[in-house]
Amino acid sequence: MTALLEATGLSLRFGTVPALDDVSLEVFPGEVVAIVGESGSGKTTLLRVLSGMMRPEAGAVRYRDPEGSVHVVHEMGEAAMRRLHRTDWGFVHQNPRDGLRMRVSAGGNIGERLMAVGARHYGSIRAEAAEWLRRVEIDPARIDGMPALFSGGMQQRLQIARTLVTRPRLVFMDEPTGGLDVSVQARLLDMIRALVADLGLAVVIVTHDIAAARLLAHRLLVMRQGQVVEQGLTDRVLDDPQHEYTQLLVASVLAA
Amino acid sequence: MSWAIRTEGLGKSFTLHLQGGTRIPVLEGIELDVAPGECVALAGPSGAGKSTLMRLLYGNYGAGAGRILIRHRGAEVDLAAADARLVREVRRETLGYVSQFLRVIPRVPTLDIVAEPLTARGVAPEQARARAGELLAGLNLPSRLHGLPPATFSGGEQQRVNLARGFAPGYPVLLLDEPTASLDAGNRAVVIGLIAAAKAAGTAVIGIFHDTEVRDQVADRLFEVQPMPVAA
Amino acid sequence: MTALGYNFGYLDENTKRMIRRALLKAVAIPGHQVPFGAREMPLPYGWGTGGIAVTASVIGADDRLKVIDQGADDTTNAVSIRRFFAKVAGVETTERTGEATIIQTRHRIPEIALREGQVLVYQVPMPEPLFRLEPRVSETKRMHALADYGLMHVKLYEDIARHGHVAISYNYPVLVGGRYLMSPSPIPAFDNPKMDRMPALQLFGAGREKRIYAVPPYTSVRSLDFEDHPFRPVRADAPCALCGSRESYLDEVVVDDRGGRMFVCSDTDYCSTRQATREAAE
Repeated sequence: MTALLEATGLSLRFGTVPALDDVSLEVFPGEVVAIVGESGSGKTTLLRVLSGMMRPEAGAVRYRDPEGSVHVVHEMGEAAMRRLHRTDWGFVHQNPRDGLRMRVSAGGNIGERLMAVGARHYGSIRAEAAEWLRRVEIDPARIDGMPALFSGGMQQRLQIARTLVTRPRLVFMDEPTGGLDVSVQARLLDMIRALVADLGLAVVIVTHDIAAARLLAHRLLVMRQGQVVEQGLTDRVLDDPQHEYTQLLVASVLAA
Repeated sequence: MSWAIRTEGLGKSFTLHLQGGTRIPVLEGIELDVAPGECVALAGPSGAGKSTLMRLLYGNYGAGAGRILIRHRGAEVDLAAADARLVREVRRETLGYVSQFLRVIPRVPTLDIVAEPLTARGVAPEQARARAGELLAGLNLPSRLHGLPPATFSGGEQQRVNLARGFAPGYPVLLLDEPTASLDAGNRAVVIGLIAAAKAAGTAVIGIFHDTEVRDQVADRLFEVQPMPVAA
Repeated sequence: MTALGYNFGYLDENTKRMIRRALLKAVAIPGHQVPFGAREMPLPYGWGTGGIAVTASVIGADDRLKVIDQGADDTTNAVSIRRFFAKVAGVETTERTGEATIIQTRHRIPEIALREGQVLVYQVPMPEPLFRLEPRVSETKRMHALADYGLMHVKLYEDIARHGHVAISYNYPVLVGGRYLMSPSPIPAFDNPKMDRMPALQLFGAGREKRIYAVPPYTSVRSLDFEDHPFRPVRADAPCALCGSRESYLDEVVVDDRGGRMFVCSDTDYCSTRQATREAAE
């Protein structure tokens, strides 16, 4: 297995509704894969299953660690899973409140992942936190500020800083620009694009924003009713969509 | 001489599901060979599918039939069948494309847009920026603009940024879609010089040139793209 | 049966056996909180029911009991508990730290070093060191299970960022045996170093929360800190007004209505012993 993450034959039903229907996917190091589709298409469920937060009824997700060992994600112990989620993996939630500690300062939020993996030098933790605030374009003077007093865009950038501080290799993002003003979205997207390129991150991003997918993703999966109806190079899927649903999706965006 | 890029029976049609599944054939049986150092100009009336052929060659459109062979890392790769990762690798190392319009990335300075394909190939950032600066200066883009994102530039300025980005890495195969459309005479001459230099360095060039003066100066031969009969 | 008709040590033998089992498990897993079935004791929750249940389960006829509250043997709570065991177990009691075999304590560790064979029983109001940081019990349990204590360091980080130092003066969190995060009960941080590698057995009882935990003799107990902000026990910068000690933990006592105050040892036995020694020398 040369991929970083490999999912095969994932299936999951909610009652009679198929949330995932035989979905397979590979993510390679440094590759940004976007999952697009309308609400209820199963894209968020796929992200949760890929990241080990939800268990599929059939199929498997495999992850290759930095030493080259392959792990079946849903067979990992809870301790190993947690370690993975705070070292080699990251998860950026749509709502920054789900990914931040609102009563802990910006610096403490960024420092938490460092401390969780054993950092015990206050000065270094603080310096690293300040550096990451700068990278996500938050004034380092606000290091002791509470996230509750930050704007939505700042909160989301803080969540990204908190996630990336331990230099993960694979980051899952669930609609990271959802709920933000359009002007704020553009800035955030560009920042994510630059960070991902700089750090060589592999990213699986769920979005219904086709423009965001075009800007960020190398590869695109189009989901509908739990199935991947089309996938491939981002510009090819968007400029030469084959599936009826993809054509509709692209046409809807251009019409908007 | 052997080819750098070659198509075999290349065809393309579009099926418009939103219009009741109407199928529009655009290209059929395209056989094109371009050798290293050769420049081939696509010719044919407007709507014949010249731009579609360019996009097929770049992998931006999926081929409907046939093969697109390109020499990549010393081996033959069929772009029509390659997976997304391989297409990206070919684009990074072997195949460049200068489209008519610059796809502006918000907030990224011009210099970095031009340097990006170089850094993607592993060139050190300072070196890449220096090379980008030279190219932009050669295309008469004032250095005071290099640090600005090109979103607010004029069409001609954006096209020069696009050209600098396309010529920066020295791809073995380069696709040029109307590279001089919005340029003045002076900059047209610069582009003609860039194409000549690329050819001399062994680049296979395929271009669409509406400007026949430019075309006559750079193209070694024409490749006629025939319009498909309209389906009854 | 004692004269009053109570079973020895007040609790029935089955309850004592249940608590002893919990204690054995606690000793086997230093710092880990073991649930136990707390019984109603003849005093309200918050007054030391957990400590009394533990003491009642380990006390024997030959034991000599000392009880302190905030370091003092003569406070209401200490006197009541001491009298309680004199009655229901008929054991000897003492105020001398060195003579006691069991010391039940609220909020202090005696100043003089404890020795092998002694048992220190702490009264614990809230056994969970993470409860202010993480309100979900299921999540704190998981954090203990996975030794996932980054959050506790976040709290220390926040203190330093806000106050320039860790602003925890009592109930300062410790790591036991390099594994479990533990609340030392609300003892002053000044006492924390005494817990480390203590020759005596340390038992902790939380009656309301129904948890028992323990630190066996000679177990490492480390106060959490940062390399560049090491743990520092603090005491008032003054000698004891009564015995002159510069080493002991001091209480600040208001002595009049005009703001007059003085510092005296919180450990009454330690202080009176020093005073007696000084008088004898004079």
